Amino acid sequence: MSTAISVKDLRKSFGDFEAVRGVSFEVATGEVFGFLGPNGAGKTTTINMLCTLARPTSGAASVAGFDVVDARDDVRRHIGLVFQDPTLDGYLTAEQNLRLHAELYGVERALVAPRMQQVLEMVGLWERRATQVLTFSGGMRRRLEIARGLMHSPRVLFLDEPTIGLDPQTRNSIWGYIRQLQQSEEITIFMTTHYMDEAEFCGRIAIMDHGEIVALDTPEALKEEVGADRIRLETDDDEATIAAIRERFELEAGVSEGAVSFAVPGGEEFVPRLFAELGVPIRAVSVSRPTLDDVFMNHTGTTIRDAEESDGGAKAKNRFAAQMMGGGARR
Amino acid sequence: MSATPQGTAVEAPAGGAAAPGGGANGSTPVVTVRVPKRSVRSELRAIKVVWRRELIRFRNDRMRIVTSLVQPLLFLFVLGSGLQQLSAASTHGVDLKTFIYPGVLCISVMFTAMFSAASIVWDREFGFLREMMVAPVRRSSIVIGKCFGGATVASLQGVILILLAPTVHVPYSVTLVLGIFFLQLLLAFSITAFGVMAAARVKQMQSFMGLMQLVVMPMFFISGALFPVANLPGWLAVLNRLDPLTYAVSPMRSLVFSHLDLSKAAEQTLNPGITWFGWEVPVALEIFTVLALGLLMLGIAIWEFNAGE
Repeated sequence: MSTAISVKDLRKSFGDFEAVRGVSFEVATGEVFGFLGPNGAGKTTTINMLCTLARPTSGAASVAGFDVVDARDDVRRHIGLVFQDPTLDGYLTAEQNLRLHAELYGVERALVAPRMQQVLEMVGLWERRATQVLTFSGGMRRRLEIARGLMHSPRVLFLDEPTIGLDPQTRNSIWGYIRQLQQSEEITIFMTTHYMDEAEFCGRIAIMDHGEIVALDTPEALKEEVGADRIRLETDDDEATIAAIRERFELEAGVSEGAVSFAVPGGEEFVPRLFAELGVPIRAVSVSRPTLDDVFMNHTGTTIRDAEESDGGAKAKNRFAAQMMGGGARR
Repeated sequence: MSATPQGTAVEAPAGGAAAPGGGANGSTPVVTVRVPKRSVRSELRAIKVVWRRELIRFRNDRMRIVTSLVQPLLFLFVLGSGLQQLSAASTHGVDLKTFIYPGVLCISVMFTAMFSAASIVWDREFGFLREMMVAPVRRSSIVIGKCFGGATVASLQGVILILLAPTVHVPYSVTLVLGIFFLQLLLAFSITAFGVMAAARVKQMQSFMGLMQLVVMPMFFISGALFPVANLPGWLAVLNRLDPLTYAVSPMRSLVFSHLDLSKAAEQTLNPGITWFGWEVPVALEIFTVLALGLLMLGIAIWEFNAGE
């Protein structure tokens, strides 16, 4: 199998801040590869470097066989991009947006119409092609952006948080397109997400935290690696509970999302022992099979949501404010 | 307004995704296209694409056509008619509207061109600039296309004012119409280049509009669009010669006046021409000044966009 993306010790600094601290990985042609991590983990910066929008501080990367620094134009010819923030021209119709894109990329004139019909039908917007984009809902816009990103038959499609802020139904249909694409075209998909449940759809995922890849494998393998089940306890005194767990069972517990949680093999068999031996009143208990959340927790010591609240929160809020302003002004 | 399209929007994806999408791929073959290597041709094409987008947007935005006409028409007909009573004695019988007509031709393209340049700030705010920036073309092509687009749109707008010539006692003629159109195109190009240059730095629409107010209004007032530039107080004369717009208004006035039957005295008072330390600046040099400034600012704009992001 050939390689679609190859990254070696890629780094990016902004002044003193090291946003990406030496990541290395390879993505095979036809793969759906996911970058998972909280906001501010360096996912978008990495994508920007792969798309030639940002210059790496050091390290090397090639996309579709071209170096992202030395052969920028060749990389650009072979990639499609769907950004986190909308980049459509609201004053143009859906069709005009796609035509403009095709022309900008120099797609052969005779092929523009059939290709456009194909991508618009895929995202279910063919009937709406003559409508001005500013009347579209958020979900329709995102679907149109995906169609546009595919207009020039890219070899690698980059999706930066493709389903952020969308309703579940639209999220599902976007995942439908991605699976469909995999079957119908020879395309590699590279995406970022911070939704755990979505990462499951990827062939392989890289978990990113603080600018580094902390784990990289198939979702199943990553979950197996955790091995243990997760137990969550609601108690009146979290501090005492953690101390008691350490003392009685020699297990490390932590507080996340308002509950004491820890990992233990064979969780269901462990619960009776817990009640018998803990000695601290328990209000509620739950046992769950390992999820990608646990994988993340296993490698970083926090849940993805806690990580966002501590250092990515401000950034996420800014973006939200920007979108609000944009949305308001358009209408 | 937002309720209906949003309502239908949510329902569309589920059906659309499942039925026609899946069906289309099962039955019709996949259309695969190729993106050619970057070349001079692809750059020219990019310039054309950006240029055409400006035209499409202009056509779609009828409101803008109307609103940007209001200001020039106010100056021409309200100010022109109103002040006529005061100035009748000193204009040697020339209607004030006729006198300020060339100046109004200039300011109308100026406002429109500024709006066109503002769209680059708009594009940045709404992300579309990014879509153009990642295409396999040079950024300079995008900037050049933008300037040509702004110039074309502003000149089209100017045509409406050219049509009004007879209402201010200026008769139509082929050389007049073509001459005005050419001068407007040139001025619009330079102003757009100036606006795009500023837009490379200014990231927010409000600040951009503020900056435009700060620069455009003084430029317009000082340029002599509304008054003859001879015998000005010293400070105003200096500012006037420094104002780039002066060098667009002056040839425009010479052009329009050359198609009128004016007395020597009127010509002397109303269109004295620009002087640098007593030396009368030839019209060709005035036009060249506007062009050179435009190209200079285009160069700076390209440089700024290449360096940024």
